[in-house]
Amino acid sequence: MRHKISSRRTNSLLPNYVIVMLLVVFAIGPLIILLFNSVKSPSDAGQNLLGFPREIVWSNFPRAWTIGLFGTTVPNSLILMGGTVAGTLSLGGMAAYSIAKLKMPGAGLLTMYMLVSSSLPVQLFLVPLFFMWRKLDLVNNLFGLIIIYVATNAPFAIFLLRAYMVQIPNDFEDAARVDGAGEWGVFSHVVVPLSWPAFLTVGLVVSLNVWNEFLLASVFLTKQELFTVVTSYYSFSSAYSGRDWGLTSAGAVIMIAPLLILFLFLQRRFIEGLTQGGLKG
Amino acid sequence: MRAATTEVSQPSQAALSRRWFFNRKVVPILFVLPILLVNVTVVLGPSIGSIYFSLTEWNGIGLAKFIGLANFQAILTDKQYFHAFQNNLTWLLFFLTIPIALALLAASMIAPMRKGGLFFRALLFIPFILPSVITASIWKDLLQIDTGLGALAAKMGLPGLNIAYFGNLQTSLLSAAFVDNWHWWGFLMVLFLTAMQSVPTELYDAARIDGANRWNEFLHVTLPGISPTLVFMLLMTGIWSFLAFDYVWILTQGGPAGSSELLSVLVFKHAFQRFEAGYAAAIGLTMSFFAAIIISIFQILRKRGWEI
Repeated sequence: MRHKISSRRTNSLLPNYVIVMLLVVFAIGPLIILLFNSVKSPSDAGQNLLGFPREIVWSNFPRAWTIGLFGTTVPNSLILMGGTVAGTLSLGGMAAYSIAKLKMPGAGLLTMYMLVSSSLPVQLFLVPLFFMWRKLDLVNNLFGLIIIYVATNAPFAIFLLRAYMVQIPNDFEDAARVDGAGEWGVFSHVVVPLSWPAFLTVGLVVSLNVWNEFLLASVFLTKQELFTVVTSYYSFSSAYSGRDWGLTSAGAVIMIAPLLILFLFLQRRFIEGLTQGGLKG
Repeated sequence: MRAATTEVSQPSQAALSRRWFFNRKVVPILFVLPILLVNVTVVLGPSIGSIYFSLTEWNGIGLAKFIGLANFQAILTDKQYFHAFQNNLTWLLFFLTIPIALALLAASMIAPMRKGGLFFRALLFIPFILPSVITASIWKDLLQIDTGLGALAAKMGLPGLNIAYFGNLQTSLLSAAFVDNWHWWGFLMVLFLTAMQSVPTELYDAARIDGANRWNEFLHVTLPGISPTLVFMLLMTGIWSFLAFDYVWILTQGGPAGSSELLSVLVFKHAFQRFEAGYAAAIGLTMSFFAAIIISIFQILRKRGWEI
């Protein structure tokens, strides 16, 4: 009887696979077409936007790299990413440690504040923030944008790191304290090394957020030499779209290839980090 | 730890209690202070500033002139605002239905799979990690009037689909929503799938013994099983729908003729193109007000005992 039920069940999964395959075509098909278009010549793409490339034109990639100014925008984005990740992990990690381990007075209040702050819309604080940042000379300044990114990514980082640190048994820290370590020593030599998976997850999610961010980057960095890959691609693609699909598609592939490769290797961590962030934020 | 120090150095009672106070009360606060300062400077301070500036006439550069509630009175008769608000409601309706349906379909198809489930989950999630500018430019190309998918459909005998989706008054808003959703629904799917996988399998076995078909199983076992996640995501969708910006801005900038304008786009235009920062702050404040209404619905449901 039991055997019968389970065999009926496997047989009846065929429609599931068919439906999911159709959804996969919907989700991935456009990316395959993008990949094809990235090696098409302008005339090929113009007549045959949806099909296989008739000939393969690799030169789209070096052209997109130069015309799309990737030589300056990739370093800009990497600086923003590195600075934000360093700032969020160190400052957020400290706060998470205090909430999780030091029985900080007012921890509940702080958590509440972070929850509220993470649900405030950017549009609410964008306008005064911009004019304040301009007074402080932090507009068109990578460091100025890093501060903003650290602030907006902090709530997510604190929630996730705190949740991980709470699970670490206190014995480890107590042993270090008996050996004479101060709280800073306990934090940096005991708790951080023990929570590296959570730090890695937060680092990945924050990197992705920064690499992809559009609204704040386009408001706070308006000089071309400070454009990020995303804001630069926005002007690049509006200038060339419809004229040279091969070129804009190659630029898109350059931008998303590192993301896809990272995702391939760390997909579970990515998915879990991003969905936890979504649920908390 | 304190015991260890006493044995070694035997400090006075007062010094001990000062040290205790420092370790227990001051050190924890020193650890949270830096990030708190950064967050208050960037988020809380300017948010409160917005409340003040919404009561002023201010071009963003000179002095802000206090004008009381005049900005809010202007909003009440602003046709652009009303139109954008309607578009936000359309956006909300779209995101409460299409992505939820797609995500539920995919998750319920993948949940019973013993092979390939993780693989499909990853594939369907990929669009979510792409930057909005890329997603937008991919679909701008795919929906080209004379070479895109519409043209292909026309060639295959389905006329009427080869239109300028982003340049048409009737379709611009929904086309931008469609593109946003292409990137979004895989994320919802993962959340639903995770929830579905924690529904006890005995419930499905019991339903099957009672002769339930798949649709009945979905209605009476799956949906109730994931209802906390489902309701939570419906509420989050409600909040996010009032904040949507990227896709509309990148694809249509609110056009043509305001047909795809959203409140966030209006804030942007008033603040950075028309130099009416006070009015922009007032619009931004109303957006938070709508988000706050949804959050309070959420709190009320919670108090009534909903598991969200």
